[in-house]
Amino acid sequence: MVQRIMIEPVTRIEGHAKVSITLDDEGKVRQARLHVNEFRGFERFCRGRMYFEMPQIAPRICGICPVSHHLAAAKAGDAINGVVPTRTATLLRELMHMGQVVQSHSMHFFELAGPDLLLGFDAEPARRNVVGLIEDHPQVALKGVLLRKYGQNVISALGRKRVHPEFAVAGGVNSALTPAARDAMLGELEERISDVLDGIGIAKAWLEEHRDYAESFASFPCGYMGLVGENGELELYHGQVRLIDCQGAQVVQFDPRDYLDHIGERVEDWTYLKFPYSLKLGWPEGTYRVGPLARLNVCERIGTPKAQEQLEEWKSLNGGGPVQGTLYYHYARLVEALYALERIGQLLDDPDIMSNDLYAPSAAITGHGVGCLEAPRGTLFHDYHTDEDGRLTSVNFIIATGHNNWAMSRSVEEVARAYVDGRNLSEGMLNRVEAAIRAHDPCLSCSTHALGQMPLEVTLLAADGRILDRAVRG
Amino acid sequence: MMKPKIATDWLAACAGCHMSLLDIDEKLIELLQKVELTSSPLTDLKVPPESGVDVGLLTGAVNNDDNLHVARRMRQRSRILVACGDCAVFGGIIRMRNHWPLSEALEAAYRDNPSTVEGLIPGAPEIMRPLPDRSVGEVVKVDVYVPGCPPSPEVIFYVLNELAEGRIPALDESRLNYD
Repeated sequence: MVQRIMIEPVTRIEGHAKVSITLDDEGKVRQARLHVNEFRGFERFCRGRMYFEMPQIAPRICGICPVSHHLAAAKAGDAINGVVPTRTATLLRELMHMGQVVQSHSMHFFELAGPDLLLGFDAEPARRNVVGLIEDHPQVALKGVLLRKYGQNVISALGRKRVHPEFAVAGGVNSALTPAARDAMLGELEERISDVLDGIGIAKAWLEEHRDYAESFASFPCGYMGLVGENGELELYHGQVRLIDCQGAQVVQFDPRDYLDHIGERVEDWTYLKFPYSLKLGWPEGTYRVGPLARLNVCERIGTPKAQEQLEEWKSLNGGGPVQGTLYYHYARLVEALYALERIGQLLDDPDIMSNDLYAPSAAITGHGVGCLEAPRGTLFHDYHTDEDGRLTSVNFIIATGHNNWAMSRSVEEVARAYVDGRNLSEGMLNRVEAAIRAHDPCLSCSTHALGQMPLEVTLLAADGRILDRAVRG
Repeated sequence: MMKPKIATDWLAACAGCHMSLLDIDEKLIELLQKVELTSSPLTDLKVPPESGVDVGLLTGAVNNDDNLHVARRMRQRSRILVACGDCAVFGGIIRMRNHWPLSEALEAAYRDNPSTVEGLIPGAPEIMRPLPDRSVGEVVKVDVYVPGCPPSPEVIFYVLNELAEGRIPALDESRLNYD
């Protein structure tokens, strides 16, 4: 007889998932899986729409990083139009993207994952959340709220709305930056940089105090993937895709347009989220992680001074090799939020950003375009084919969180092996399993799946999969 | 006086409506002092208390068998049920999927797809079964409809604040948004 523990839904992540842990006769963990319940079917129902509608349709995939889909769809649209956007349009799109990185990363640290660090993994579930954080650490919670608000205001200043903005179009953007909006962004910048530095202080102090824990918690060798600029610097809006192995050696670097030569996706029967991997290395050797941890491991430098200082410390954590501990995602995420704020300052100082040269007209439809950028959670690909009139004939997405699918399941397995004792279950143990997923900041945007009454349900299964008994713990 | 209890959940959604709730910024702190937030994707309480809540808020469309179950349970346990956002109110963007058989949508994602290697259509018992897309109001009785993609933070705060004060919010034209 095998026993199974279900955690469902996994909370304080963006989207819903559940975890199954299969135990052997001794109550030891045999297998752990992350089941993602999302299926909405965008790849089918976008066919037949016009390609220039995609910057409005695609963001509805995800309301947390709608700007990523908005911009990736516009970039694919640029290629279908056969144009390179003007310098001003590119600067403004990157500005909006940086606003999103600030809001998404700070929300994750302060409002979703922070409570695990600041209140403790074993804190009472009813309080281990943003509400408890507001009660116990109001100043920290307020910094999170203000950082998120700042990023969202950068987005709405350009696209009129915070969620699902209307700004980028195939070939450029639809409006210029006003001097008043620029001044408002600049006026608050130093304060927000100071807030994020405080957050970095909190994350670093926690990681140092719990160093052994952080280095062993869901730590395993794997590849890392992310965009880099021409000189190997951190790049979030455009660049080349670089994949490194677990030692830090480069496996491949390629233009995003050629992604089908390098990335394949595996499907498993038990989850709707596919498993991307490197075609060169094959399955499962070619699995890798993306997102902040991966990007800091992949890049050689950062083009803004304060974030560069942090990167130098980062590179010393594992003697120059890739940092593997999953909880270091939190630190990396805040370093990127710092970079995004500093980058906003650089972009706003560029005289071209105030120009009205916003749109590059197109002479003909090319019929194909790939749009790629680094979403807050990792590398995002949109790939569109159209007929000669611009009607979409095929649409393919590889979403940032998908790349981490294998790693999230692996993290769950590592943590379950280390902390879950099938004969003596505690809520805190199961929250650690969830925390391993949460550290990847998954954006599953999917449906709730819940069967039991309260946090977990244990199902006893016979070898043939028949349910023998079921116990619900409230 | 007991604080009114609120529960929120998302069905087939992009999470944008919950983001718009967080977009009330500092007012979130004010609101959380006025109400008791029970189960929500933002907390670790996974289902609404059996004893019920005053206000249940659902975002997202009903797009699979689990959504249906969650919508019915939220209805049973809520005195007032709010459908928040265009997916919950109208069925949302996924409603476009209803123009084709579900099998075609699954094919496009998992088999007839350029990056998928040796595709198959997931179907293990652990995962839900897709259904034709419906609005929340098509499967359970809804008391308050709040359209918008997403509804603006101001409207969400207005609705929750009115409900917390024991009033049914009046959504006049200035608060309706159908984008």
